Amino acid sequence: MENELLEKIIRRYEGDDGMLVSMLQDLQGECGYLPADALRGMAQQLEIPLSRIYGVAMFYQSFRLAPKAQHEVTVCMGTLCHLKGAPDISEAICKEYHIQPGETTADRLFTLQAANCVGACALAPVMIIDGQYYDGVSPSSAIAIIRDLPVAEENAS
Amino acid sequence: MTKMQRPQDVDLWRKTIEEKKKSNIKTVRVCAGAGCSAKDSTDLYGLISNTVKEDAASTGSDESAEVISVGCHGLCAMGPIVVIQPDDVLYHGVQESDVEEIYRETIVGSRIIDRLLYEDPKTNEKAQNEESIPFYQSQKRIVLSEIGKIDPKEIEAYILTGGYRGLTKALGEMSPVDVVDEVEKSGLRGRGGAGFSTARKWRSCRLANADDKYVICNGDEGDPDAHSDRAIMEGNPHLVIEGLIIGGYAVGAGRGYIYVRNEYTVAVEYLNNAIKQANESGFLGEDILGSGFSFDIKISRGGGAFVSGESTAVIASLEGYAGEPRARFTRTVENGLRGMPTVLNNVETWANIPHIVNNGGDWLSKVGTDGSKGTKALSLEGDIRNAGVVEVPMGTPLRQIVDEIGGGIKNDRECKAVRTGGPSGGCIPATKFDIPVDFDEFTRLGSTMGSGGMLVFDEDSCMVNAARASLEFLRDESCGKCTSCREGTAQMHHILSRITTGDGTEGDVEALLELASLTADTSLCALGQTAANPVLSTIEHFRDEYQTHIAEKRCPAKECKGMFLFKIIAPACTGCTVCARNCPVDAIAGERKQLHVIDQDICTSCGACYEKCRFDAILKV
Repeated sequence: MENELLEKIIRRYEGDDGMLVSMLQDLQGECGYLPADALRGMAQQLEIPLSRIYGVAMFYQSFRLAPKAQHEVTVCMGTLCHLKGAPDISEAICKEYHIQPGETTADRLFTLQAANCVGACALAPVMIIDGQYYDGVSPSSAIAIIRDLPVAEENAS
Repeated sequence: MTKMQRPQDVDLWRKTIEEKKKSNIKTVRVCAGAGCSAKDSTDLYGLISNTVKEDAASTGSDESAEVISVGCHGLCAMGPIVVIQPDDVLYHGVQESDVEEIYRETIVGSRIIDRLLYEDPKTNEKAQNEESIPFYQSQKRIVLSEIGKIDPKEIEAYILTGGYRGLTKALGEMSPVDVVDEVEKSGLRGRGGAGFSTARKWRSCRLANADDKYVICNGDEGDPDAHSDRAIMEGNPHLVIEGLIIGGYAVGAGRGYIYVRNEYTVAVEYLNNAIKQANESGFLGEDILGSGFSFDIKISRGGGAFVSGESTAVIASLEGYAGEPRARFTRTVENGLRGMPTVLNNVETWANIPHIVNNGGDWLSKVGTDGSKGTKALSLEGDIRNAGVVEVPMGTPLRQIVDEIGGGIKNDRECKAVRTGGPSGGCIPATKFDIPVDFDEFTRLGSTMGSGGMLVFDEDSCMVNAARASLEFLRDESCGKCTSCREGTAQMHHILSRITTGDGTEGDVEALLELASLTADTSLCALGQTAANPVLSTIEHFRDEYQTHIAEKRCPAKECKGMFLFKIIAPACTGCTVCARNCPVDAIAGERKQLHVIDQDICTSCGACYEKCRFDAILKV
């Protein structure tokens, strides 16, 4: 299955290793992260060193080498959000859930991420959960929003 | 879709579309720009379309309006925006609950709903359409001209605005050299930051001898608070594509790449869709419009790193390596992508090209200043009333942008400064607002045009903290290849953090000045070379603020935590106890209905009380 997926993605870009970033994005889009086996397979099929693939995968913030959580919570840290208190929001979430930015909660409920600027400065400070924007959030409202996130059944216990 | 075989086919196609469009039904344009869609304008679009469809179905009549989802109108702070043709009535802040009334009154009844019109905050006058809103009056929209008016997913909408006329003219009537000459006449300078002459770049690439050549559109708009390129890619993707094809023809390239941030999902989707349509219509592919010129475009998505927008880093990314800058022993126009001559321009630059070819270079050169021609798209952000995306003629004074277009500062505060060019730009103080938008004037004041971000600070903003925030960003985004950039940004940030937390010492400013010039002089790419701007410009224009932080351990703007006190004032405090209950360190004492007092020895200045007080009884002193 995974092999078929890899071949499909590589074929999509005609095996052009110049499109490596796009291939990794597609792989992550399908798997939710970049599985180590798939990266090894990709290195073999493209005939490029595995170290180069890891170099690219670890350079960009958007790539993940481990599965992600149920929800993705992103706090915008762009200049304006920053000035409007985004660090306090992030800090409050970290404290409440005992995580650091970039980490996932122990129950895999959500991963907390920082974005540099999501281009919605008129709404600062902005928090994004699974693609939905929440504008003008405060430390307390951010936690209230996260508390209301739906919990998938297997995680409910 | 029919494939265009000859240049004249495009005009025939345009006529067919025009005839098809000759109907009297209204068009409802729902803004799907970044600001509006963040306020659920997509749902709004669905609701309006459904209302129109359902009413037509229930009455058995034709649909009373065509509802389209369009690109950014620019007035992002007032979103969601809905515009109804033929009179272009502009409604702002539209909610789902307004839809029924809009349908009944304006779409069916052609009556205006006063409540949803824009109201001038100074005169309280209502404005019915864009032309009567001051935000639009001082603008000159060239690259943004059709954005917000046409459906970015429909090539026919673009054709109707005169789209692909520039390409038709270039391929049908002009030699590649003619095209470069026309761009030279326009005086166009690259909109990506450095402001290098576009024609000079093109000519060098054209003259370079090689088997393959490439043109690249840099859409890796990584400056926080800049999103005009996003507005262009999302609002009128064909304009960028047409520019890129013309550029390919002019320099002799067979392939173009559009490098776009992966975070811009809508831009990626619309560009892909537009490329497909351009292929099907014969504007891309083999032997375009029978000219013998063949060209294709690929999209490459960036992985979300600021430094990857640097031109050599874009090339590294496109070659499948980490997007780190490379040393430039030779120029990109001679030795770029895969070692081949390459022209790299940013989105806005490419978006100017069809207009230049269509209207002639002289047409554009009449707009602007001696050194900077044409217009500049800007993202107005920060403490400004009309935050959004605007386009002004070069030469427009900053004051006019802040006061007229931006509508002044929020909450009737005074303006302190504008940071131009993103985190690597400088802060221009309000006392220098007569300065025109111009590449060279900005540089003269220690700032840059960058990609057009304009972050407005009100009088309550701390400029030392602003410099610190810029350096924090640059430190995090430095790729670490050059020691001077990696360590320079980290050390500057370290010193600025100390100053803003009350641990500044005499000599810090001098150390910053030394570090700034060292980092600027010895870094490989523009990230390090410009990292000094926020530090140097704030020291130059706001040195007294640095001094107050260091010598008096006080933040005059009362923004830096711990460098001012919170105090409860007697007449306003009602003794509601909310502040005391919300204080995480129990620093507030007081009986119900009695004045509360903050124990300054315990207070950590977290601001929880300030945030919670409903009576404005807590002041920063």
